[in-house]
Amino acid sequence: MTEMSGADMVVQALVDLGVDTVFGYPGGAVLPIYDALYKHPTIKHILVRHEQAATHAAEGYARSTGKPGVVLVTSGPGATNAVTGITDALMDSIPMIVLTGQVPTTLIGTDAFQECDTVGITRHCTKHNYLVMDPDRLGPIMHEAFHIATHGRPGPVVIDIPKNVQVATGTYTVPEIIQHNSYRPQIEPDADAIAAAIDLIAAAERPVFYTGGGVINAGPDASAALRQLVSLTGAPITSTLMGLGAFPADDPKWLGMLGMHGTYESNMAMNRADLIIAVGARFDDRVTGRLDAFAPEAKKIHIDIDRSSINKIVPVDLAIVGDAGRALDALVAGWTDRGLSARDYGEWWRRIDGWRATRCLDFPEKKDAGAEIMPQRAVKALFDATRGRDPIITTEVGQHQMWAAQHFGFAAPNRWLTSGGLGTMGYGFPAAVGAQIAHPNRLVICIAGEASLQMNIQEMGTVSQYRLPVKIFILNNEWMGMVRQWQELTYESRYSNSYSDSLPDFVKLADAYGWTGIRIDNLGQLEDGIKTMIETPGPVIVDCRVAQLANCFPMIPSGAAHTDMILQPNDIVGTMDDEAKALV
Amino acid sequence: MKIKTEAGERHVLAVTVDNEAGILAKITGLFSARGYNIESLTVADISADHALSRITIVTSGPPAVIDQIIAQLDRLVPVHSVTDLTDQGAHVEREIALVKVAGTGDKRIEALRMADVFRAKVVDTTLSSFIFEITGTSDKVDRFIALMRECGLVEVGRTGVVAIGRGSEAL
Ligand SMILES: Cc1ncc(C[n+]2csc(CCOP(=O)(O)OP(=O)(O)O)c2C)c(N)n1
Ligand SMILES: [Mg+2]
Repeated sequence: MTEMSGADMVVQALVDLGVDTVFGYPGGAVLPIYDALYKHPTIKHILVRHEQAATHAAEGYARSTGKPGVVLVTSGPGATNAVTGITDALMDSIPMIVLTGQVPTTLIGTDAFQECDTVGITRHCTKHNYLVMDPDRLGPIMHEAFHIATHGRPGPVVIDIPKNVQVATGTYTVPEIIQHNSYRPQIEPDADAIAAAIDLIAAAERPVFYTGGGVINAGPDASAALRQLVSLTGAPITSTLMGLGAFPADDPKWLGMLGMHGTYESNMAMNRADLIIAVGARFDDRVTGRLDAFAPEAKKIHIDIDRSSINKIVPVDLAIVGDAGRALDALVAGWTDRGLSARDYGEWWRRIDGWRATRCLDFPEKKDAGAEIMPQRAVKALFDATRGRDPIITTEVGQHQMWAAQHFGFAAPNRWLTSGGLGTMGYGFPAAVGAQIAHPNRLVICIAGEASLQMNIQEMGTVSQYRLPVKIFILNNEWMGMVRQWQELTYESRYSNSYSDSLPDFVKLADAYGWTGIRIDNLGQLEDGIKTMIETPGPVIVDCRVAQLANCFPMIPSGAAHTDMILQPNDIVGTMDDEAKALV
Repeated sequence: MKIKTEAGERHVLAVTVDNEAGILAKITGLFSARGYNIESLTVADISADHALSRITIVTSGPPAVIDQIIAQLDRLVPVHSVTDLTDQGAHVEREIALVKVAGTGDKRIEALRMADVFRAKVVDTTLSSFIFEITGTSDKVDRFIALMRECGLVEVGRTGVVAIGRGSEAL
């Protein structure tokens, strides 16, 4: 109960909440907090080069550690620059606290210099937000905000702090029990629902686990429980883009990712299953494809911490609201207590093996040393070269992201950081910065597209400043490949503005920032180039030139059924009707 | 340093707006963005073709801020007119409250007697409860609710203020 300035309270609260890193950028309206952070003994401030990057770095930090990421930016442009990352965190359920400076309370509403309605602008892209008008409220609000960001379905929370509230003095208090008046997410699953779920699983002949980012968010124990449950039941498992790593990709029960660029076997299994057990996944349109053709034969169990996710898109037969980890634990315990054993899914596996035999991820390639590199090959080579090093992989958005998801095998959670819900180009590189800050000795690689990378390429300066050994591996196809792919599919290859013209020389750029730059031009240079990247201390950018016109398959076109996958480039027609064109 | 706040006065504003999606969010967003107060806000469409809505806002602030509020509201594209009924002088303000009181015996009788004094109507009754409907100024509604707290009040719903200027003139 000591009297101190609002800025000191903010910093004290960060210390009390166990924060060791803040990603930010200073400005007039946060100078008091910056002064309170000056030479702080325990809190490290990472100075980014653009506020959007601070938010993605915080996401990378959060996703790779399970701890909330913290961002500090100034009012007006600082806050608006942060909006994309805040929205990204909301869509992908990433715990994040964003502290924004605001003009003094006396000037709010007057269109003061660098004033913007931060709380209004972020109302719909935060889990919750605050405008603090009284320094005495700072302690309780900071603690409550962390509670909200990390409990229930995680998400971003913005705390907007006017400059006079930072300067004014007041009393710092920590609430004894951090419990919100109205926000009380259900964590423990209902026991009857768990029992009913076990009945359904035990009776199923063609079950599939369909898991998502919720399992990752529930912590490593949830992934362990998932592995146990899959092994106890013997059922096959697929996952969303956000859920990769919760289940090891080298396990025979793993079907690969599902959805638009998922494997043939996982989508066919979803289509023919008689039971789908959805865990921490939200039936996104990228996953379901055409809704009236989605899993028509299956009963559905949906485990989710967010009650509003249930029956939002797909009506389910059994809803279990609660933490994915607790629910999986309860299922494991219930299954064991009842002495159930895995059913013989022999026939089901035979059908799955039939779908697997299409080898849907195979791609045509030339094998001579001078051959151009297929992007899929580059990802596979990267995967092979980093085996045993337990790397953290981030991606940008586009074809390279999907190829990484398809061809990089993950064995554990928190090693795959990608922008799923919002699909934010410019996410991957700053996310790698955040992950590297959290794990200084780990191998962190951003698999990038040449177009996406340029959206936050200024962060090369941040990496140099903090001597981070981040590696950027560009699958450089000189195209916004994913856009070009859709133009081929839908607009008879009229390539409107999708060529990556006037690219910088990435090797020279590396040089300019004091990084190491490597260029890989053909298959013969691939392995060595990757090896050099890994073995070079410090930051490295690899400009890996890949086949320019390769496309990402398999693919379920927007609005098509799981069974209507395009497996080969030859399957492309090149036009679509307006209804299909209207879909995203 | 300590933060000082300025005292304000209460004003009732009548705002006519296009009855379009999102208009209410625009108005309330303006108030929260600029740090203005809303004490109550009511809205309903008022024209035969449902094209116009009337919003009655009770706000408070120092005179200069009230001026700004009116100017800021008037600046919004879908806003037709803003009238400060408080400034204009004589006007009628009414609010409806539904007040549920539960109990038996003396308290129940007392509640009924007081409702009579306030000209509140009984709109629902069971052997152990009443719902009163009371219409009047916010002050009167406040006073009635305060008395009902002593008589077993369990639930209140209020409409917020609607207001209109006296005399033959229209907005
Ligand atoms: C901020 C943002 N703007 C636009 C898009 C739309 N978009 C999706 S993928 C893509 C092209 C990405 O190109 P590149 O980074 O080179 O990746 P590639 O597909 O070639 O692997 C675009 C423009 C987006 N996802 N994010
Ligand atoms: Mg590209």
